[in-house]
Amino acid sequence: MSAPVLELSGVAVEYGRRGQRVRAVDGVDLTVARGEVVALVGESGCGKSTLARAAVGLEPLAAGSVTYQGRPVTPLGRRRRPDYLRGLQMVFQDPYESLNPRRKVGEIIADGVRLGGGSRAEGLSRAAELLARVGLPATAADSYPHEFSGGQRQRIAIARTLVARPSCLIADEPISALDASAQAQIANLLGELVADADLGLVLVSHDLSVVRQVADRVAVMYLGRIVEIGDTGTVWGSPRHPYTEALVAAIPRADGAGVLPADLPGDVPDPASPPPGCRFHPRCPLARDSCRELDQRLARVAGREIACHVRSSMSQACSRARP
Amino acid sequence: MTEPLLQVSQLTVALPTRSGYHHAVDGLSFAVNAGEVVGLAGESGSGKTIAALSLFGLLPRGARVTGSIRLDGTELLGLGSKQLRAIRGRQIAMVSQDPATALHPILPIGTQLTEHMRHHLGVSKAEARSRAAGLLETVRIPAPEAALRCHPGQFSGGMRQRIAIAVALAAEPRLLVADEPTTALDVTVQAGILRLLDRLCRERGMAVIVITHDLGVMSATASRLCVMYAGRLAEAGPTARLLGSPRHPYTRGLLDALPHPEPGSAPLVPIGGSPPSLGRVPGGCPFHPRCRHARPSCATDRPEPEPIADGHLLACPPDPLRAVP
Repeated sequence: MSAPVLELSGVAVEYGRRGQRVRAVDGVDLTVARGEVVALVGESGCGKSTLARAAVGLEPLAAGSVTYQGRPVTPLGRRRRPDYLRGLQMVFQDPYESLNPRRKVGEIIADGVRLGGGSRAEGLSRAAELLARVGLPATAADSYPHEFSGGQRQRIAIARTLVARPSCLIADEPISALDASAQAQIANLLGELVADADLGLVLVSHDLSVVRQVADRVAVMYLGRIVEIGDTGTVWGSPRHPYTEALVAAIPRADGAGVLPADLPGDVPDPASPPPGCRFHPRCPLARDSCRELDQRLARVAGREIACHVRSSMSQACSRARP
Repeated sequence: MTEPLLQVSQLTVALPTRSGYHHAVDGLSFAVNAGEVVGLAGESGSGKTIAALSLFGLLPRGARVTGSIRLDGTELLGLGSKQLRAIRGRQIAMVSQDPATALHPILPIGTQLTEHMRHHLGVSKAEARSRAAGLLETVRIPAPEAALRCHPGQFSGGMRQRIAIAVALAAEPRLLVADEPTTALDVTVQAGILRLLDRLCRERGMAVIVITHDLGVMSATASRLCVMYAGRLAEAGPTARLLGSPRHPYTRGLLDALPHPEPGSAPLVPIGGSPPSLGRVPGGCPFHPRCRHARPSCATDRPEPEPIADGHLLACPPDPLRAVP
């Protein structure tokens, strides 16, 4: 595999809340290679969006580092972003808020070219080309964002990021504000872009079935940490961490069988006071006394990494038992 | 067969726009029996929310409604605001999509739970409080007594949605309308809420209309489905039948746009184009410009839902997906 385009190591992000420091992301390692889709999934409040924002430099890091093509990603400040970071782009969740309502679509896209030192005319011709690339008619350039549906707006937002000829895209819930058929269209478009332009893509989503369809690797997050990470087929086909198992079992299936999805009792604990030991133990069906003390980090089990000492020791016992 | 709890017949809602009145719901008919969950499915703009709001008399000002909505034998269309107020909350209640805005932000949830209990059921303050605590327990809010004194901002999104359901259930309605009740929620919380709705139907004989574009959610809870497109009924029938062997190309398209449960990298098959906006509904079958099976007649003849099997209605006369024996 080629060198990673984006590398996160030991990333931690803290927020201040009423004088307290809350660790929203606590020590995450993640790499993304070109041509690879890595999905971040988990319940709301697990820190997946914060991690995505930290990866593009929208959140300052409390610890750890983010490097893009071997160079550090510096937090966004008042100064101009260094040019080498132009290839690292973000697609936001809500295409109703991420596009300037008072400017024409062509101008919105052309601005990106001008930021890169091009002329307005170059920008407009590139805008037409990129609109075609994302499946919109060239006439779209002369319209305002409100004239488009949610799915079309998300295409415009994607076209805007493509101006910079990115080699890595971070998409924070790019399809969750859209209708079912528009979701499929945008998911397919992102998949095509990754294949055609050899992009690395970090896809943050709580829609697990779409993740399964487009992601090469999945990282499951719980309370600021990655609890399971591996190839999508491996993780989804036979989840090993009890939290991943619960997530997969909770997906309703449109098969008409009328089976209710399985329930995971309890809520995500307050990240300001995470439970001691394994952070999932208060909701975990496998929890033992030792889970309250032992804070297991990621370890390799059955072709993926999980952070669960119960399952890790079980699989070790199994491999020892085998002749 | 007994009369259904809710009978909607030929409901048509025209909304005023700058270019005149346009039909948001056009000749919709469906029925809901007591203790049954019926799903209304369709993309946004298909008229499912407007259809639901018309049950409550909560349509935008100037809307023109024709047809009939009978709840337990009482015609709801044309009722005055006073009579509607007696029915809303007591007979039919609504859970809306957004748990963040459904609750009053600065009233403690105890007040929000007890106010229409007191109003509709005429129970004492103490009785209402103990019932409210019971309801919170039903929707599995920990420490219900203490929770009554808390404000909505002190709960997570999933808990707020469960509290909103508790508020809707406070006056023991016979029909609950849940508009995208789980769209904003995580799958684990969604699973909890679907199980809760299912249990309430079985235990209380309450009927539920679930409005969603997520056919997976429908599959788990609804016994019957109505698929709407551009304000009209495209196909209706028992859930297993509709999802197992859909006959309307639009239902088929919605199913194909869903990721498959099996692993594999076959791309999702989206429905080309987007649903028509209000006032731009094409003539004939409204779906024909996006339909792969469209014929010339589809552009001119308006299809009406026709029974094709027991309880299965289809508004697609060419019926291209019919299994050839």
